[in-house]
This record gives sequence, C-alpha cells and structure tokens, in this order.
Amino acid sequence: MKISLSWLKEYVPVTMATDDLADSLTMAGLEVESVENRYSALDGVVVSRIVDIKPHPNADKLSLCQVDVGGDALLSIVCGAPNAAKGLVVPCALEGATLPNGITIKKGKLRGELSEGMLCSASELGLSLEKSGIMELETQAAPGTPLVQALGLSDATLELGVTPNRPDCLSIIGVAREVGAFSEPRSLVSYPQASIAEPSKEYGKIGEYTSVEILNPELCPRYAARLVFDVKVGPSPFWLQDRLISVGLKPINNIVDVTNYIMMETGQPLHAFDFDRLAGQRIVVRAATDGETFTTLDNKTHTLDRDMLMICDGEKPVALGGVMGGLNSEIEDGTTRVLIESAYFNPACIRKTSKKTALGTDAAYRFERGVDPEGTIYALERAASLITTVGKGNLVDGVIDVHPAPSPCREIMVSVKALNKRLGTDLKRDEITSHLEAVELAVAAVDDDTLKVVPPPFRVDIERPEDLSEEVARIWGYNNIKTTFPPIPAEAVAPTAGIVLKNTVRTLFTGFGFYEAINYSFVHPASCDRMALPQNDQRRSVIPVMNPLSEDQSVMRTSLVPGLLQNVQHNNSRQVRDLALFEIGKVFYKKTGEELAEEVEMFSAVLTGNAGKQSWYAKERDTDFYDMKGVLEGFLKALFIETAVFEPLPGDECHYFRKGYAAALKVEGTRIGVMGKIRQDVLDAFDIRQDVYLFEIGLKDLAAQVSSVRKASPIPRYPFVSRDVTMVCGEGVKAGDVLESIRQAGEKLVEQVRLIDLYTGAPIPEGRKSLSFRITYRDLEKTLKDKDVNKVHTRITDRLLAQFDAGLSG
Amino acid sequence: MLTNIEEIYRDALSELQNAGTLDDVEAFSVKYLGRKGLVTLYLRGLSALPPDERPLAGKRSNEVKIALEEAVAKIRTEMEAKAEGADEGIDVTLPGRMAAAGRLHPLTQITLEICGIFTKLGFSIVEGPEIESDYYNFEALNIPKHHPARDMQDTFYISESTVLRTHTSPTQPRVMEKQAPPVRIIAPGKVYRCDSDITHTPMFHQVEGLLVDENVSFGDLKGILTTFVHQMFDAETSLRFRPSFFPFTEPSAEVDIRCVICRGKGCRVCSQTGWLEVLGAGMVHPAVFENVGYDTKKYTGFAFGMGVERITMLKYGIDDIRKYFENDFRFLRQF
Repeated sequence: MKISLSWLKEYVPVTMATDDLADSLTMAGLEVESVENRYSALDGVVVSRIVDIKPHPNADKLSLCQVDVGGDALLSIVCGAPNAAKGLVVPCALEGATLPNGITIKKGKLRGELSEGMLCSASELGLSLEKSGIMELETQAAPGTPLVQALGLSDATLELGVTPNRPDCLSIIGVAREVGAFSEPRSLVSYPQASIAEPSKEYGKIGEYTSVEILNPELCPRYAARLVFDVKVGPSPFWLQDRLISVGLKPINNIVDVTNYIMMETGQPLHAFDFDRLAGQRIVVRAATDGETFTTLDNKTHTLDRDMLMICDGEKPVALGGVMGGLNSEIEDGTTRVLIESAYFNPACIRKTSKKTALGTDAAYRFERGVDPEGTIYALERAASLITTVGKGNLVDGVIDVHPAPSPCREIMVSVKALNKRLGTDLKRDEITSHLEAVELAVAAVDDDTLKVVPPPFRVDIERPEDLSEEVARIWGYNNIKTTFPPIPAEAVAPTAGIVLKNTVRTLFTGFGFYEAINYSFVHPASCDRMALPQNDQRRSVIPVMNPLSEDQSVMRTSLVPGLLQNVQHNNSRQVRDLALFEIGKVFYKKTGEELAEEVEMFSAVLTGNAGKQSWYAKERDTDFYDMKGVLEGFLKALFIETAVFEPLPGDECHYFRKGYAAALKVEGTRIGVMGKIRQDVLDAFDIRQDVYLFEIGLKDLAAQVSSVRKASPIPRYPFVSRDVTMVCGEGVKAGDVLESIRQAGEKLVEQVRLIDLYTGAPIPEGRKSLSFRITYRDLEKTLKDKDVNKVHTRITDRLLAQFDAGLSG
Repeated sequence: MLTNIEEIYRDALSELQNAGTLDDVEAFSVKYLGRKGLVTLYLRGLSALPPDERPLAGKRSNEVKIALEEAVAKIRTEMEAKAEGADEGIDVTLPGRMAAAGRLHPLTQITLEICGIFTKLGFSIVEGPEIESDYYNFEALNIPKHHPARDMQDTFYISESTVLRTHTSPTQPRVMEKQAPPVRIIAPGKVYRCDSDITHTPMFHQVEGLLVDENVSFGDLKGILTTFVHQMFDAETSLRFRPSFFPFTEPSAEVDIRCVICRGKGCRVCSQTGWLEVLGAGMVHPAVFENVGYDTKKYTGFAFGMGVERITMLKYGIDDIRKYFENDFRFLRQF
C-alpha cells in the first residue's frame, strides 16, 4: 500500500527523518519496500522571469518569450498562454525535464521559431487543476532556483508491504497508529471528527426515504447507509484529487473521490449509489442465486453463485457486495441524490467472490482481510459530511444501521510469566501494559501475573495470548530480546540409509567426472512421445498440473530421461559436445484410490561426446556403451554390490534405447535399472545430433542391494600365479558367458578372471573371434606349484573349448 | 682344473676398470659373480682341493668375491650418478593424463552445507512428499481455505485437494503427528509456486527447521539462527529480526543479515538497504500444535525456513535464478 508523508502527518506528528521513519516502520513489521520523492517529476523545473515578449510571426495565439532561467544566456521559448507578460515570474521546465503528465521537454522549433523550454501551468506541474494559463509565482527566489525549493514543496510516498494479518494498516490512520507507537516519545493518533456537517432542515429523517433489509446476516453482519441530496457531481477540488493521486488512486468525480478518500483514510471501503436509480429506493442485501448474472461498473458481466453477496434495490441487483458496484446504479454527471453504503461483510464471502470474478478491487482487498466492524458508522459519517462540502449537497438527517450480527468483544487473559517464557524476556507487568497500550489495546491487571487485554476491534489479528506475545515483542523490539540457546541433548541422530546413499552416489559420480543436474519436476506432455514409450507404458499416465505456467511445464515427470536429454541438447547447441551429467530426483505416478501420488526417487545419468580428447598420448574417441557400463561397474563395485550382471534388454523393453544396445542391470535376479544407447528417432525428437548413452536406476531398488556391514578377511600370504588362455570361437559367443563359465567351473584356486584381449580379423577366420583371458590362481594355504596350476588351467581350458566350440589360437 | 683365484681377481679388476657402461658392469657381474660366474664356479670347485688347502683358499676366495661385489656396487653407483647427471630429463610441462572430477550442482552443495550445520546442532534430516495434500500444505499450518494468507503463495494445483507443496513447512505437522516432543528436524527439498521471472522460478528449494521442547523461547530461536548464519557466512555477519507474518508462527519474524556483498554500505544486491532477507521464522503457532495433538501448555517450539537459491546466489554471486535449471555445463563447472 502507498501512503504519503504529508497525509500521514494530518493524524500523527512525524518527528523522524523520512529514512528513519521507513526504517522504523520496517522494524515494526510494516516493511517499507520503497520511498519516493513525490515531486521528483519537478526536478527540471526552475523559477524563471519573462524578460521580453513579442508576438509569434506565424501564429496569432503564440508569443515569443525571452526568459531568464538564471544562466548566462536568455532562453527563447514559444508560449501559448494568454497571461504571458513581460516581467512575470513563472515556472519553466528545462530541456530534459519529464513533467508529471509524462511530457518530456525537448528543444525544437514551434511554427518555425526556436523553443528551448516550456513555461508551465499549475496543472501541467500537477500542483493544481488550474490550466487557464501559466502559473504566476509570487516568490523572491532568483531565476534558476529549483521550483520545489522556491515553493517549499516536499513530500514523500512510501510503498508498504502490509502482511495479510494487518488489514488495520491498509489505511493512513492505521499506519499513523503504528508511527505513533514507534515514535520517541510515543504519541496516539488524533482522529478527525466524524461529522462536520449539520443535517439539512429541509428534509425529514432518512427513514422516510429509504430502508435496508439484510436477508443473509451470515454474509453481511452490518449494513449502514446515509443520504445526501442536492449534490452537484463534478471534479473534486485540487486538495482531494492530490491526496488520491499521492496514494496511486485516480480521481473520478467528487462523490466517488470522497468514498475513496475515506477508504484510504480509515480503511473502510464505501460505495455511493445514485439514489434515484434504485428501484423502490431501498436496499436489500441477499446471497446471489446460482447462475444469476450481473454487470459491474467496469462493464463486465459475471455469472454468480450462492456463495456471493448481492446488494439489490427493490427489484434487481445493484452491486456485487464488497467487491464492485453495478453499472446500473453508478454515480453519473446528472446524479443529485446519493446513498452512501458503509458495511461489514463476511471476509471469506468477499474473498470467494473476488477470486471467482477475478475482481481484485481495493474494497475486496480490505473486506477479505477484515475491516474494523466498529468503524462502519465513523467512516460513513466522515464521507457523508465531506460530500456535503465538496459536492455541495444537503445531508438527510439520520443513519440507517442494520446490525443483526455484532462481533463479540474479545477479552484475552495473558500470563506475564508465560509471555516472558515464550519470548525469553524478563519484562515487568507494567512494561507489558505500556507496550500494549501504545497500540490502543485496553489492559487491566487481574493479579500479579495476569492481565486482561481487550484489543481494539480493528485489530482482527489478535485473538490469543500468543498474539499478545508478538505484539509485546514487536513494540519492545525483536532485537532487544536476548539471544539464548535451547538445551541440546548430546544424542546424534544418524541420517537415514536413503540420504546416506544419495550422498554416496553424489560423491562417486562427481569422482567419475560427472556433473550434477537439477531439472524441473514438470515436463511437456509430449515428453512420453518423444521418449517413444509404448502406449500402455505406466510412465504415460502422467499427473497433470491444473494451472501450469506453460505447456512445457504442465505434467509431472515420470522419468528423468526427458530432462537430461534436454540438457544435452541445450549444451550441444552451445558448443559443449562432451557431457557427463547425472541427476537424482523424484518421478511421480498416479496411485489409484489415493489422494497423493507415488513419488519414486530415480538416479539417472547421460554420457555423450568424446570419451577422451585428442592428446599427445591418445587419439580422440567417441563415447561408447562400454564407457557408460564401466562407470556403472565401478560404481557398483564401490558400493560392494558384487553380484550385479548386465543382461541384454529384450527388444520390446528397449523403448528409448536402440535394440541390441541396451542392457538390464540385475542384482540377484532383481532388475534395478536399465542402460543403453538412445535410439535415433528419440535423439531426433530432442534435436540431438550425437550418440547419447544413458542409464536410469531406481534409488530404492539400489538401496535394497546396499549393505553397510563389512567384515575383514585375511590378506593372502602366498603369491598368485597367472595364466592366459586365448580361444578362437564363434562371433556370437558372449564374453559374459565365457567369464561366467570360468567362475562356474568350481575351481577353488581361481581368484580372478579378466578379459585381456578381443580380436577379429586375419589370421582368425571370418565369423570367428579370438578372446584372451588372464586367470589368476592362488592357494590361501600354500605357495602354488606350477604343476598344480597347470592341471587346473588345462581343465578350465578344456571346459571352455568344449562349451563354446572353440579352438586354441596359433 | 682350477685357475688361481688371484688370477681371476687380477683379470676381473682390470676388466672392471675397462667397463665403460652400466651394461658392461652388468655383463661383468654375470661373468664373475653370476650363478655360473667364474668366482662362483671357483668357490663351488673348492671341494676338489686337498682338505688342508681348502680353508685358506676358501677364505681368500670369499674375500675376492666380497671385494668384487663391493667394486661392482661402487662403480655402478658412480655410473648411475653420472648418467642421472647427464640426463636432460622429461618435459614436465606436457599435460598429464588427467583424471577429471565433476561437481555437484551449486544448490546441492549449499543444501548439504546448511544441513551439515544443523545436523551438528542435533537436528535430523527428514523428507516429505512434493505432491502434498491441501491439509498438510495449508490447513494443518493454520492457513484455512478462503484466507488471504493463501495469496502469499501462488499455488500449483494437482486437484481440488492436492497441490505441489508451496513450502517445506508441511513436514512440520507430518513429523509432529508421528513423533512426540522433543523434535529437532531439518527438512530440505523442492517446492513449487506459479511464478516465473528474473527472481522467481516455478520450482525452487527450501530448507525447513523445527525444534519443539519444553521451555523453548524466541531468544533460543535467535540463538540457533545466529549460530547458523555465523557458520554459513562468517562470524562478522550481523542479523536483524523484524516482525512479519506467517500463519503458522506467532510471533513471526523475517531475518535479515548484513549484506554480504557491501557489508551494509548499500549496493544493488541489497537494494541499497544494507540488509538481505534470508530467513523466515517464528514460534510455532498454538493452532499448529492443536492440529497435531501437542499440549500447548507444556510445549513451545520454533520453526524457520530459508530459500536455498537465495543463499546460493549470495554465496556465489549468481545474478539470474533461471540459470540454476538450465544445467549449462559452463555454469555447473564454476562451483
């Protein structure tokens, strides 16, 4: 909310400098978001004197002035004002100045004559409504003096961030109360007198003219009205327009301006009806019926429902209660009789209406937060009497105040001890009392420890003793509360296995050269198509977001793959070809019959580009399947998952992987992830032009395979012996099967087997390949003898040759 | 059959003097001292001598063997020293075969740092669902339907009754429903709000904290957060607590720290105020305790929350929040 300093000063003395005031309000909980000089638009306007004047040669209504603006040379300025005359002291906007009406002054020719500035009227400077001629200054200030200095103009506007619990501060008086409480010494607000006008003797009592009936008191606990007759609708006086403009409101006409002025002053929204346009000249307040339509004064038609409140006349709706008036009853130029509404509406009702109709008006903003239920009449009286002044009307005697549901008086018992304990303070009962009284809370001591506190009705946020603790802390100053420490027991809580595993994954993968990515949890709905998922795939039943910001972010992801592939594309298109990225994050599945989704934590990585850069010791090489597999093998080894195997992924399960280039990662028969090379059409869909290798692992499935139990085993004391075997077999023989066969041979002496060479080509016959294995033998009990090793090695070799239809090489 | 050991010795010494290279020395060593070397063979042949000659010849032969071994060792050392002295060495400026490590996302790094500080203070880490019920995200936290406080957070809806959690605070009632006091938890995680501009992304990260026990005061909250800020930034960083509003705390506070960029002089980052808002905090509202069945007479507690993106921006001088989720390698490798 915007307030102006000069307006504020009408209710409370402001002794602080503006910056200190802003600081003090911020520390009171009314965060000052910005402070602006109200007259900054007059920065380029100075006092000037017309030294000489002659008619414009090419235009009858213009004259050519020689103007002294305090510089060495006089300025030539073309002026159209009828009152321009030699010797006049007037405001002059210099080149570059931007006036309040948005006009920026430039040097130029007007009808062929040079004009180097602009002599201004008061309305052009935003200083009054007077626009009939240039503003004549009665100042002793020398030409060249800034106008704001010469006229002593000074005002600041403060933009306040008012939290939803403080609707009482959505008014100048409300802010003044805070300023008073936080000033040194403290001062209370001087409230302006409610009624400044006498009712007219010409007319009778208000009851003779109109009535108010509330059919739904739960939605409208209070509705009050006054009548003002014989008004003349027209522009407001300058002071009123100026006040509204200073807080960012637009002047409309004197009647509407008064209602807005009083709303800004007191926080109570008001509405003015053209009394003669109310059928039956009465007010009926009722809930709307479902499907009822209504046109608000912004000329928009809304469909209503039973949660909304209508203000009606004898026949039809005339306003959307608390939100906006109707086109059919608004004040017009010819309006002479005005009914002013001041009411208290149910906050939730107003909020629903405002949300459903998307009408976020200043009135709705205040009603939905809660206006002062006891401030209804005060604001009404202020407005009615002000209209008699600025609208020259006659006040009809009396107020209609229908008040079927008065708000209960709040009485809060607070223990001094409990309050101090909550805050960690040691405040005396009397100090607490004085802090609370500073913001108009009524405090009475019940006993040594107990205070009875009655908050003023406008403080809708204060209901419990805890609320009073905040109020005391706020006034006393949060920064005056001593810093202490809660006793912290010496027990350490171990993080869960899942959290530990995630951190291990992160450590290992950054060690392997991968960078961590974090992608949005929502993706484009076409992601599943781009990933080429089959129609019946579970990942296609995505959870949509009801109100997404864009289609790109409109469904919850069921896979980390789209995000990582987008990252590849993003980087590739910025000349970063070589990438190793991983991500840990949740994917979301629908859970039938349950409110919440199934959230599954996944771990995925991509590897693409060069595996090794061209260097003095190695040739450049593209990443391949085995680079990615090797990372996974190293990872599994680090986690002591010794029994993991990579099995060819069946063709119908490859999805976004290229057939024959994908593997399932299994541990003890359980699949915990998949890896492979991304299919060409999927790469195309993501606009990627290089091979990408990827894996996806379920973190929970992985966690199930991780054991933190370690047991020492003896370190071998006897040396190992290694023997190689090279076999020539069919190209279809899988290396994994050979390795497995060696392990399965049941030879106790075999400690380790490694594939050390793979060769095809001459002299190996077409369709065959040569595989070399190095087998390490060791006996834990004694040093091995050659003949023992040879015996076992021969048995293994024979087994392989037989099993794989192989021969020994050369 | 036996040549005189003295002859062998003499020949050997002159041969060794002529050895010009390490290879010559190796060859010499094999020729005289190897398994089939002349000295070795001579020693082996001693048994053929008459018994009375053996002791003397044996003694002398061993002396010769040791003398030759020492001479070989000496000349070898000299030669090696000379060879090393003459060696120009390798080009140590050639790039090495680098083992390149990757890096964690800056948001992860900061989250881990924050959690690390609090776990040292006895807090344990918990996690919660990101698709959350309206109840836990709002109602349990004293934010009823149709309350303007809901405007403080632009919410993504999944259904009428489920949302993408707008803050990590729902972990508070979730934990308290299951666990009796004392409670000391820290809850990091992703949160969502429908807002997107230079300073807002629709997804971001928060860390929530909650401590409930007997006799917990606002002063204690100040103490814990002061310790945190001093560890996260430095001990010179001062804090300022100012009144604010969160429906689930009372009193509520915004916590500002002295601008870590300008040290309070005023700069672009702190909008010339000298202060940076980094935390929201407060004493747990009794309505929240009532919702989870805690005794409001017996227990008090405090809660706090912070934006990881914000703290990361301050720590690393990042100026555009959207960079966090592009995963541009040139960005990620900087942290």
